Amino acid sequence: MKTTHQIRDGKFSVETWEFGSGEPLLYLHGAGGLTGFDPFLEELGKDFRVIAPHLPGYGESTGGELIEDVVDAALFYHQLMDELGIPSAHIVGHSMGGMLAAETAALDIHRAKKLVLVGSAGFWIDEHPIPDFFALDLSELGGYLFHDPTSPIAQLFMAIPDDQEQLVEMYVERTRRLAMASKFLWPIPDRGLKKRAHRIAAPTLLLWGESDRLIPPVYAGEFAKRIKTTSTEMLKAAGHLPMYEQPEAFIKAVRNYLKG
Amino acid sequence: MKFTWFHLMPYRYLPDGFKDKYRSVWVDIPRDLYDPRIGHRLYNDYLDQLELADRLGFDGLGVNEHHQNGYGLMPSPNIMAAAISRRTRNAALVVLGNSIALYNPPIRVAEEFAMLDVISGGRLVAGFPVGTSMDVNFCYGEVPATIREKYYEAHDLILRSWKEPDVFAFNGKYTKLRYVNLWPKPLQQPHPPIWIPGGGSVETWDFCADHGHQYSFLSYFGYKAGKKVADGYWNVMAKKGKELNPYSLGFAQVIAVANTDKEAEELYAPHMDYFYNRCLHVYNGFADAPGYRTPSTIRAGIVAQVGKEASLRREGLTWKDFVNEGYIIAGSPKTVRERLTEAMKSLNCGHLMMLQQIGSMPPELVRAGMELFAREVMPHMRGLWPNFQDKWSPNPLPEPERAMPAPIDLRRIETNGKTTHAASPAAHESRSAK
Repeated sequence: MKTTHQIRDGKFSVETWEFGSGEPLLYLHGAGGLTGFDPFLEELGKDFRVIAPHLPGYGESTGGELIEDVVDAALFYHQLMDELGIPSAHIVGHSMGGMLAAETAALDIHRAKKLVLVGSAGFWIDEHPIPDFFALDLSELGGYLFHDPTSPIAQLFMAIPDDQEQLVEMYVERTRRLAMASKFLWPIPDRGLKKRAHRIAAPTLLLWGESDRLIPPVYAGEFAKRIKTTSTEMLKAAGHLPMYEQPEAFIKAVRNYLKG
Repeated sequence: MKFTWFHLMPYRYLPDGFKDKYRSVWVDIPRDLYDPRIGHRLYNDYLDQLELADRLGFDGLGVNEHHQNGYGLMPSPNIMAAAISRRTRNAALVVLGNSIALYNPPIRVAEEFAMLDVISGGRLVAGFPVGTSMDVNFCYGEVPATIREKYYEAHDLILRSWKEPDVFAFNGKYTKLRYVNLWPKPLQQPHPPIWIPGGGSVETWDFCADHGHQYSFLSYFGYKAGKKVADGYWNVMAKKGKELNPYSLGFAQVIAVANTDKEAEELYAPHMDYFYNRCLHVYNGFADAPGYRTPSTIRAGIVAQVGKEASLRREGLTWKDFVNEGYIIAGSPKTVRERLTEAMKSLNCGHLMMLQQIGSMPPELVRAGMELFAREVMPHMRGLWPNFQDKWSPNPLPEPERAMPAPIDLRRIETNGKTTHAASPAAHESRSAK
């Protein structure tokens, strides 16, 4: 369910989606943000205390202007964990959220019990350039995000409202989110994680959609090279958004790794 | 009424079918479409045109900054302004302008503008655009979320560097300098007039009103569509209790003048088509990086200058539509006089930024249009705003105090032991031929 937390005496108002109880699991969303329809979070709530915050600048979370780079973002997550009374947690991060999860775990090695990085950003390989998704419109983006862009779930993602006013508001909201993301990802999504990834102490699962065309699976290898303890799992018939495209396989992989 | 003769310096030889073959004239346009031998001729043709504009009595010569594109080949407009500074006498050098958020440290711009002002005897207009999203975000990699904040900081630093009498330290967020000490300082004191070119961001209106800068609205939708933006600007000025002085607004307009309306269509129509369909063919994804435009500008319904929506508006328009809807002002001198007067009055505009070379127009056509405009249109419009004082034009040294470049005869310069005749009619012809 949706909750709001005041962090640092209200400097940040943080919208979170929280489900279940048990060991805490912090879920950090990608550049697109949470959709408001994220059944995999509720499903993970059957085994964990799931806390999925909107990064400031996303959803109803405020204080985005105080976060200017990945260090600010990692320190924000440290603060959030402190104020929620969970000094350490499993951290699952997707895409941009994976980059921020890795930074959060590297800048304080006691924060992450286990780390799951899903189609994660954070590195740049010249031979495998990541497509410039900032320049892609919604219809083009589908081809990069989904294993099967014609599937109903993909079509739902790419749907554009007919109503002009709704369209403008959707555009404004998308712009607001991506503008925030640009602080970490523009113009090349590399902010020096390669200098810090070696610090990550948590065992790390590198979870990738086999047909991820946005951040291709070769990037899982880059994380494996730089983080001490990793295992890698590729999900079949999934692209950059396996939690939406193959939710069952995604949930199983996350649960097994964190429980194992 | 003042007239700045503005050049974009386009590449005139983009291939037929460009729009279908390539996704964008900007950012990732293939490099092999540029031939530097042709470029050599084009730059020299274009500089000739700017110099001619000075001799014909235009008030300003306009140049601007764009990157990685076939639409306008001036990555550094300061080089162009420097090139014409010694072969022109009277016209203002309107550098509109430098994208100040791109330069580290931004006092580089303060220095170069001061140099231009001193060299030209105080003829500089200093323009400070944010720059298009294609230029600043996609070509120069600036983060969209912070470009405006960086721009405002650069603006404040440059102004201080011109105004402060003593060395000072600057502790900004984007620029930190222990010693700011501008040598040379500008000839115009405390600084040259400042014009802010904009594509319609609502924040720019407040910014201009608060600082007393001139606002130059640069658009290719023409004066009818431009009225919405001009009205927005004047509303802000009125609300803040500022004088509604037409000279505090500049407006860019494409102008195609010929002996008759019919001749104008025959002469100019293919070049307009080239301009709108090749020079402005920008991939939608490059038009507007997320965060480049603020939510208030998006909500105000101001269409980006290029990209999908801009192209859709122009889709299928004929010459007649372009003329009727005011995208271009075209026709006989009489028609142009009437339409232009109507346009300037409806916008309350005292500084016209006129485009007479656009797209693929060859030098002969440009020259004929310039001469006709200077003779048959400009003199009739001079007195349009009798009750207002232009406080945004340069204030140069009196003529007798201005240095005169030593005369040289370029035709007689010898290279490798043989005399060349660079300015001979034959050489001039070969310059503009492909």
